[in-house]
Amino acid sequence: MKNALQTVLALLGEDYDSILQAWLETQKAEGVRRPDLFSDRESRRQLGDILRGLGEGISRSDLSEGIALDADSWTDLRATLDEVTQERVERGVSPSEMATFILAMKQPVFARLRERLAADPTRLIEEITQFSRVVDALAMHTNEHFIEARDQVIERQRAEMMELSTPVVQLWDRVLTIPLIGTLDSMRAQEVMENLLNAIVEHSAEVVIVDITGVRVVDTQVAQHLLRTAAAVRLMGAEAIISGISPKIAQTMVELGVDVGEVTTRPTIRAALAHAFRRVGFSIEKVENARG
Amino acid sequence: MTGAAAAPRRIELKAERDIAAARSAVSRACDELQASALRKVRFVTAVSEIARNALEHGGGGTLEISASRAPRRIAVLCHDNGPGILDIDQAMRDGFTTAGSMGKGLGGARRLVDRFEIRNRPEGGVEVRMSSQV
Repeated sequence: MKNALQTVLALLGEDYDSILQAWLETQKAEGVRRPDLFSDRESRRQLGDILRGLGEGISRSDLSEGIALDADSWTDLRATLDEVTQERVERGVSPSEMATFILAMKQPVFARLRERLAADPTRLIEEITQFSRVVDALAMHTNEHFIEARDQVIERQRAEMMELSTPVVQLWDRVLTIPLIGTLDSMRAQEVMENLLNAIVEHSAEVVIVDITGVRVVDTQVAQHLLRTAAAVRLMGAEAIISGISPKIAQTMVELGVDVGEVTTRPTIRAALAHAFRRVGFSIEKVENARG
Repeated sequence: MTGAAAAPRRIELKAERDIAAARSAVSRACDELQASALRKVRFVTAVSEIARNALEHGGGGTLEISASRAPRRIAVLCHDNGPGILDIDQAMRDGFTTAGSMGKGLGGARRLVDRFEIRNRPEGGVEVRMSSQV
């Protein structure tokens, strides 16, 4: 026996176009074709690439020992699947849609096998079983890659958000502010500290307002990060003001036993700014007859 | 039976971001109970402390949240996979730390909630139960 899937292989060679067409039709019927995201041409190209890789993979591997998709003979198909999955993930296709997308290949191939092997039921069952296992393995691989790809997207967005979320803003000569939003985990605290200390040098800042209005919970770790940041700011010769401490947070901090020591704190960024202006020798005056 | 209670939620604590997940889950549970803002912040902060403790000293663990509507109470059960705490009284004392932190987390958490129980589980690991009326 040459290949456990020789009929399938023959079909892929002789009936390529009609299998591709039928696969596309099945996807349409199952509602996973997504014409909103992919043009007909793109879909055909994706399916064509997969079918070609599949044919090559089957012809080059020994299926008697089961399917090992990580073997060398499947390298091309794996690469194609990963590429197609990537393309579809990026446009927002869901994992189950992606699996159905692959599994829809079974029906057209099964239908053709039934015709060809009508006289040989044993062979028919064998090829259907084998082919099913191959396609299942493909769907599984796609799913794994899908999760991996999504994790990468999340990780990238996380990194981008982290950079975005710690902007140091110059409010006035020698006055900086860093508005903190969300959670202040160790990684972000490190980022905040670095950005802030660099900005102090860059702007010759004397006062730095760390605003925590947007931080919902100040536990002992967040408090410790804030106090350490303030201490480092002081070492740089500037003053740190922690602003935006709400009454709730203040009460909670007292219960926790957090002592802010000599760090200047203010309830609002406005109060902190007034303090900062006095410190650097400016005053804010109301202008009579001001025009807009 | 104490009124319709929401199904308990479980959070696996494996990495630092799971602490944030625990905070937001507890925060949501408080919102569902229409907890006052102050009570919510207090309880969520306490959860943050014990979750971090489980992660840093217990090598990770699980947090379960349960809520009841009449009376409006929120409760959590947190257990970790660590070796347990040698001297619980010492660990609860402010300023005691083996991690270079403030050493106020556990004591602080106890002050922030109505009921606080901590024990070494016979099968290993530390278990903390906390609850508060919200």
